[in-house]
Amino acid sequence: MSSNKKYWKSVEELNENSSIVETLQQNEFVQEIPTDEFLGDKSSLESSSTSRRDFLKYVGFSTAAASLAACEGPVKKSIPYVVQPDRIVPGVANYYATTIADGYDFASVLIKTREGRPIKVENNNLATSNGDANARVHASVLSLYDNTRLQGPKKGGEDIDWITLDKEVGAKLAALGGKELVLLTQTFASPSTSKLISEFKAKYQNVRHVVYDAVSNSEALDAYQMMYGERALADYDFSKANTIVSVAADFLGDWQGGGYDSGYAKGRIPKNGKMSKHTHFEANMSLTGANADKRIPVTPSEQKQVLAALYTYVTGSGSKSSLGADLDAQVIKAAGQIKKAGSSAVVVTGIQDIDAQLVVLAINKAIKSKAFNESTPRTIRQGDSKAVTQLVKDMNAGRVGGLLIAGVNPMYSLPNANEFKTGLEKVSVSVAFSMHNDDTASLCNYVATTPHYLESWGDVELKKGSYSLMQPTINPLFDTRQFQETLLKWTGNTSTYHDYIKSAWTGILGGSSWNQALHDGVLVKPSLPKQELVDAIEAPEGDVANVEAVPAPNSANQNVGAAARRLSIAIAKATSLELTLYTKTALGDGQQASNPWLQEMPDPITRASWDNYLTVSKADAAQLGLTNENVANGALNGSYAKVTVGGVEVTVPVIIQPGQAKGSVGLALGYGKTKGLKEEMQVGVNAYPLYQNLNAVQNVSVSAAEGEHEFACVQLHNTLMGRGDIVKETTLEIFNTKDHHEWNAIPEVSKNHIEYEVTSPEVDLWDEFDRSVGHHFNLSIDLNACTGCGACVIACHAENNVPVVGKSEIRRSRDMHWLRIDRYYSSEESFEGDNEKKDNIAGLGSSLSEFGEMESPSDNPQVVFQPVMCQHCNHAPCETVCPVAATSHGRQGQNHMAYNRCVGTRYCGNNCPYKVRRFNWFLYNNNDEFDYNMNNDLGRMVLNPDVVVRSRGVMEKCSMCIQMTQKTILDAKRDGRPVKDGEFQTACSAACSSGAMVFGDINDKDSEIAKLKEDNRMYHLLEHVGTKPNVMYQTKVRNTTEA
Amino acid sequence: MKQVKHRNSASKILILGTVFLFTLFNPVFGQEEVVADTAVATEASSGGDVAKGEELFKSLCAACHKRYKKMTGPALFGVTERRDTEWLYSWIKNSAAMIASGDADAVAIYEEYNKTAMNAFPQLSNADIDDILAYVMVPKAEPVAAVGATAVAATDGSGVSSDVLLAILALVFLMLVVILFLVNNTLKRFAEANNIELPVQEERTPIWKAFVQNQFLVLVSAIFLLLASGYFVYGYFMQVGVDQGYAPIQPIHYSHKIHAGDNKIECKYCHSSARVSKHSGIPSLNVCMNCHKSISEVADATATEDYSKEFYDGEIQKLYKAVGWDEESQSYTGETEPVKWVRIHNLPDFAYFNHSQHVSVAGVECQKCHGPVEEMEIMYQHAPLTMGWCINCHRETNVKVADNEYYEKIHKQLSKKYGVDQLTAAQMGGLECGKCHY
Repeated sequence: MSSNKKYWKSVEELNENSSIVETLQQNEFVQEIPTDEFLGDKSSLESSSTSRRDFLKYVGFSTAAASLAACEGPVKKSIPYVVQPDRIVPGVANYYATTIADGYDFASVLIKTREGRPIKVENNNLATSNGDANARVHASVLSLYDNTRLQGPKKGGEDIDWITLDKEVGAKLAALGGKELVLLTQTFASPSTSKLISEFKAKYQNVRHVVYDAVSNSEALDAYQMMYGERALADYDFSKANTIVSVAADFLGDWQGGGYDSGYAKGRIPKNGKMSKHTHFEANMSLTGANADKRIPVTPSEQKQVLAALYTYVTGSGSKSSLGADLDAQVIKAAGQIKKAGSSAVVVTGIQDIDAQLVVLAINKAIKSKAFNESTPRTIRQGDSKAVTQLVKDMNAGRVGGLLIAGVNPMYSLPNANEFKTGLEKVSVSVAFSMHNDDTASLCNYVATTPHYLESWGDVELKKGSYSLMQPTINPLFDTRQFQETLLKWTGNTSTYHDYIKSAWTGILGGSSWNQALHDGVLVKPSLPKQELVDAIEAPEGDVANVEAVPAPNSANQNVGAAARRLSIAIAKATSLELTLYTKTALGDGQQASNPWLQEMPDPITRASWDNYLTVSKADAAQLGLTNENVANGALNGSYAKVTVGGVEVTVPVIIQPGQAKGSVGLALGYGKTKGLKEEMQVGVNAYPLYQNLNAVQNVSVSAAEGEHEFACVQLHNTLMGRGDIVKETTLEIFNTKDHHEWNAIPEVSKNHIEYEVTSPEVDLWDEFDRSVGHHFNLSIDLNACTGCGACVIACHAENNVPVVGKSEIRRSRDMHWLRIDRYYSSEESFEGDNEKKDNIAGLGSSLSEFGEMESPSDNPQVVFQPVMCQHCNHAPCETVCPVAATSHGRQGQNHMAYNRCVGTRYCGNNCPYKVRRFNWFLYNNNDEFDYNMNNDLGRMVLNPDVVVRSRGVMEKCSMCIQMTQKTILDAKRDGRPVKDGEFQTACSAACSSGAMVFGDINDKDSEIAKLKEDNRMYHLLEHVGTKPNVMYQTKVRNTTEA
Repeated sequence: MKQVKHRNSASKILILGTVFLFTLFNPVFGQEEVVADTAVATEASSGGDVAKGEELFKSLCAACHKRYKKMTGPALFGVTERRDTEWLYSWIKNSAAMIASGDADAVAIYEEYNKTAMNAFPQLSNADIDDILAYVMVPKAEPVAAVGATAVAATDGSGVSSDVLLAILALVFLMLVVILFLVNNTLKRFAEANNIELPVQEERTPIWKAFVQNQFLVLVSAIFLLLASGYFVYGYFMQVGVDQGYAPIQPIHYSHKIHAGDNKIECKYCHSSARVSKHSGIPSLNVCMNCHKSISEVADATATEDYSKEFYDGEIQKLYKAVGWDEESQSYTGETEPVKWVRIHNLPDFAYFNHSQHVSVAGVECQKCHGPVEEMEIMYQHAPLTMGWCINCHRETNVKVADNEYYEKIHKQLSKKYGVDQLTAAQMGGLECGKCHY
């Protein structure tokens, strides 16, 4: 019996008399399709000489012609050198030691070149200071091949040649008529440049040299000068400290020039039951705070009081603390630890305040901290904010006749850029020494285009007595001339800058060889007496202007007590929100904003790329009506907020940041550049206008603004939810006292009612393959040493030709990073708390509510970083599901991926429990839709010729740098020797300066990796899945021991 | 009679076929190499021994001097007429001393050749020098060309004779055909005249109709055709991108036969990076100039029928132009232009190949993959360079483990595991995807 139900598609159908229903029954479309519009014109159709048959003939012919033409293979040319340089063998990499010194990042590095092209930055292991390249330094090689670079000197936007420029500028400089000539430069920290500038001063008489750091360290420099009579930054060696107390010093980030990770990480690995204890007071969640054992969120104004109280408790002198009871207790604990540790403790601060810096120096002096190197202060920041302010005033007053701007971009990075602009208009001749036509260069009369550091000569004194040389690794790509060469010309010196450095270095070298120093890239002269040093190098320039303003060193000690008092009476609680401007790991001060690798690198903390944003605490966000939410496609959206400082207002997107101190907000500098870079790179908001008086802390008012911002965030689930099989964690106490089976248990499964460990062959699906023959590669990642700095992410990018996909693709979770650093927050105070909460869940009701609660991170969470790449499982789930056997296992433990075999079913990606496989949704090279470095010939010069560039439609993933292991093996075979321990490296392990990543052959029983494999802390990610990975992790141990 | 006719037509086809074949056949005869003895052993006026002089000249002087052409030093033919013998003795034994002493001629020649000092040869006796001078005074041998010409004529002669023979043969066959045809016609006429009825051929079903009617045959041939076309289509697709035999025209006609074959230059002398790098490397032009600084023309014997001496000399001139070598002043002008060779062996990007692994570690002969390069006048791709070809070799070739400490441990373990004495590259892991594809 058939049903008499009536089905209807729209309510209209229920109306029996509807004319629309009637019409629809006759026609598919309600309205008539207007075919007449394009076919109705009969006369013109008929007059056309092309008939349908002709049309088909043309189509047929052109198809046939095209396919015939395609049959012929391309003719490839091979062009050898006319005269081959001795050192270059095609196909063999050469390494050159050089130094990056862009005014913000200073590091001694090795540059890998292939056929004369620099393609990768490596750490210089000979360097004793700043030998560790951070993410930005690793990415700097790509900035060399930036096609937005200026290609020659300019005058008012028009190309000119150097001879004309020299002549015209020379004439104008000579005709300044008594007006001042100002050199506004970055920190060079270069002995030879200092000498050169003093010669320049001698020639042009009325010359002032102003050193300007976009991100100022002026107060720390002043404080050090007051204490030690020398304008420099205190240098610390965290490996010698077992108690570290930091008040807002992001020393794993860019604090005082950075480069402290390796020393810090050394003390973080538990050895003989001991590891360092790190207490951290801060407002924004920084990389350093995330790594601390104890992180206490405090607003910037409270930070000063914390420091004052710390001074009181440690030294016993000073005023009484006015802090709240809870915070006071924390400070007392920290002080107790410092006192207990004595000279093994160290206190650091990032508060931009002379008093605060003085107090810290005094504390370290009082406890005779071993980690504090008085004799070798850092010289890599010399900027003087007072002098810069004065310069802007003088320019507006018309006292400055000529302005030479080198290595800095004040129009972008000065908060009072408008004043600078009006001042610049009053200057009769302005020359910008710049690589890009940036905000400043486009306003100057002349642009003397400078080369990249990889095309330049130079020298740097990283810290007192530690020198580093810069040498070109490629011929200049464009018609550029470095600042020093130009100064030499203008002072009438005919020698090249190379010769000039060489002669300036005779004093520094002493008896040692110039060639050796150039080969090593570094030279350490610790024993050089003070007077000789002064003779060898001219005094740094920037200190001249404010010598009078700073009290003499001997009176400094009496001042400390007063300084501490001044700190303690700082307003306890600011009435408005306090903004802390910070720099992100990826962009720093924004010099490399046109570098797509850095833009795409997810921030270690927020995991958002291609953006800066206002970080707000959960409580403040609720109060201000600011939200974050995950939208339908899984991506993160956030509200906009209006941030006002003084009269300046900017609208920025908001990210609710766990751990942000209530009453404080944070915003990153370095974004929002709009001049001299591609449209794709013009992301974020320029926060420099808020950086008033070059002070990172500002009182702001924040209000919600219209609209919703679309973030490109790669991690949307932020908490661990007690999943101890992802990140294993324990405390130092448990680690020392209990058996490792308790805190690092191997999961068990039941078979025939007997419990077996999952590693047991009894419960294995597969037959075990004998891997004891030959090499068997393993990678160990120590979660204690990993600071999350992201150098490995960029190193992997560079080594493996990983494409950049852009913001909108990242938002679709189509990022291509082979190596990601997951960051997890605890939802309780600690991960321990999470575990307990999870264990105590009973019943459905409780599980629903409590698991829901566990999804949101705590207000002050514990944080853990976990680098994840392909785990190279011995029993890999991806391999068994590939229908074309494109992914297979090698005997050496690597999971191979044959791209040319892959048909792109993506089964492997679905079956991978670690989600490390990446699919090429598009062709990312030679595609105008992805206009990044792989879309132009210049940008493609950075590609590693040993690794294939993948095409659309194939899976890719970490190869465990098989090209590097194969090369190591081949080198050994050719020399006829076994491979030594430490020779095997991957890009990530080589880039890891903290020693968190160790790579090697576990069949070499004496190797470090074989020992790590047997370590009690060793575990595998998701061990219970039974994949038997070749990547292992070392359990995170937190030092929660109270004093 | 019927049979006769049949035989007749069959023989016609046979004859025509044979004639056709013969005309297609192009006889090639090997040429006898004619060796011209250029060095006529005549006693020169100074009375030296030319043969001994030649030996000395080649070992001591040839690096800088030629007899009839300027090189680093002047052309030496006629030197005894220009200079007095005593002067020559002392110049050759110690030219520097002569220049120092201020001898006008010595200083002049020193200046003329950009102050390039000539080596001193105190070890030579006057008699030795006489021998050398005797050798250099031998006038340039002209008869070579004549001898060559007669040789060509001789070979031409033999070619003509064979052609004539063939023509005669063809004529004979043609005549036979004509005769048979005529005979047939005559017989037919006789038959008509004698009223003998020729059997009329009855109408038979045409063969194609019979074929269509036979369904089995249609099926079988359809299957056959399908299989055959499948075979050819497969064959066609399999050769796409396989450029075996690819021999492009190069900007400079470089003959491996002359260099590696006739002159026995070791491959890795020029392709030196094959020892240490993934690339064998096309030698840079400065490597060419190591020899070609003094070799500006080929020997007469090098010329072949296809490529004359002038042709080869012209190619050397191309090198000089590219590298910017001025033969007159024997110096580099600095004006260079790189040579854009056409790459012959092209591996796809996704395949990684390392020469040093094969050449230095495995000790594979270059010829194993590149073929008889020493016989190649024009370089071509010898191997198919397909993956199957690589894999086959990896399966068959034993790893060279002797005297290589790297292999010591792994060889011991693996050979025990597989129960063999000698491991193949495949057993060592040479078939794993990731070893070549990354």
